[in-house]
Amino acid sequence: MKNPKPQLTIAVTGLNAIDSPGPGVAVIRALREAESFDCRIIGLAYESLEPGIYMHDIVEKTYHIPYPTAGTETLLNRLKFIQEKEKIDVVIPNFDAELYSFIKLKTALEQIGIRSFLPTMDQFEERQKINLPEFGKTYGINVPKSKAIYTPADIGKLESDYNWPLVIKGKYYDATLAYTRDQAVSAYHKISAKWGLPIIVQQFVHGTEYNVAGLGDGAGNTIAAVPMRKQYITDKGKAWGGISITDDKALALTKHFLETTKWRGAFELELMKDKAGEYFLLEINPRIPAWIYLAVGVGQNIPEALTRLALGMPTSPFTTYEAGKMFIRYAWDMIVNLSEFEQISTTGEL
Amino acid sequence: MKIKNNIAISENGFVFNPASGESFTTNQVGLEMLNLLRKGTDKEIIIADLTEKYDADAGVIERDFNDFSEMLKQYHIHQHEES
Repeated sequence: MKNPKPQLTIAVTGLNAIDSPGPGVAVIRALREAESFDCRIIGLAYESLEPGIYMHDIVEKTYHIPYPTAGTETLLNRLKFIQEKEKIDVVIPNFDAELYSFIKLKTALEQIGIRSFLPTMDQFEERQKINLPEFGKTYGINVPKSKAIYTPADIGKLESDYNWPLVIKGKYYDATLAYTRDQAVSAYHKISAKWGLPIIVQQFVHGTEYNVAGLGDGAGNTIAAVPMRKQYITDKGKAWGGISITDDKALALTKHFLETTKWRGAFELELMKDKAGEYFLLEINPRIPAWIYLAVGVGQNIPEALTRLALGMPTSPFTTYEAGKMFIRYAWDMIVNLSEFEQISTTGEL
Repeated sequence: MKIKNNIAISENGFVFNPASGESFTTNQVGLEMLNLLRKGTDKEIIIADLTEKYDADAGVIERDFNDFSEMLKQYHIHQHEES
């Protein structure tokens, strides 16, 4: 008789789905399709209107968790409470802004039985947008010129070294293309009001944008890597449709990134290929991207492999995937009873 | 001129470059040119074949072939001579 598949309880964040959606729902779909285990999903939500909370066919139970600003101790206490009831095996955090807390709590969470597979604090810090120029220099990776600024007056000082347009970026999220100093100053105020300082000013590179979703084992090996070209882009620059491609240079760059940094965990590389065919690394997102279900669709179930690595299970690298498969995102209106909204809002559980 | 090996060409003339993710559509004549190029057929033979098949002027076919070849280069469908 065949051994039954292990039954795992996996907690997932990022259940929101606005026009810049969280990866949570896509991650859960991937976990549900895992061949090597069955799973029960615990949603971890920050807001009562995150749609994943109400998708009962994919999330068994959801708990509110405190925002990162509340501090790691508050988060740990909440997770301890949840753990007593749910016996979580693995947690997969999916927001940049919460990763610091989860990385910091790694050992404390392991002590209560919750495993994760995240980058180290050093890896997390050195790839921050603010540190990207240094990162490029250290690992021999082309990155566009950029500078962190703390006052709008600094934009004028950059004009002699940079050419318009410039990309004005927030510390964690948001980026705006600015063609003039006025546009740059306006973007500075808008983004800093939302995400704080510094603001990163990056030289815009003309070209075609590619993204790579992948997974490193922390020893320099590539466990998974799927490049995608955005085909339909929202006004926030997010992919609403994309296609898997076989770009050898993008894959070689990904391999180099993993070998040199010994990256541990999932990631997304945002790359720009200029007209000369040269690649620039625009950003490293230290987590699973929202379009991860495409990777599953082409043969690399990255959330499954990440879960296996978190539990110390032997995990072979993926060696192939199917090129020329597309994802097309859509929005779906759910009808929700007020009583459910009331329950998650008042008790913090649903 | 040679066509890159990894280029996918459907029988309806839908052309997909898996390295860049770009896709194009071509008409029946373009499709025939692509398929002949893929087989490594020489330019002169392609022009002669199509001139006969479509009962057209060889000069017109040659001009169309040259235009089409330029387009293939622009879209990076062709293989570099050295590779």
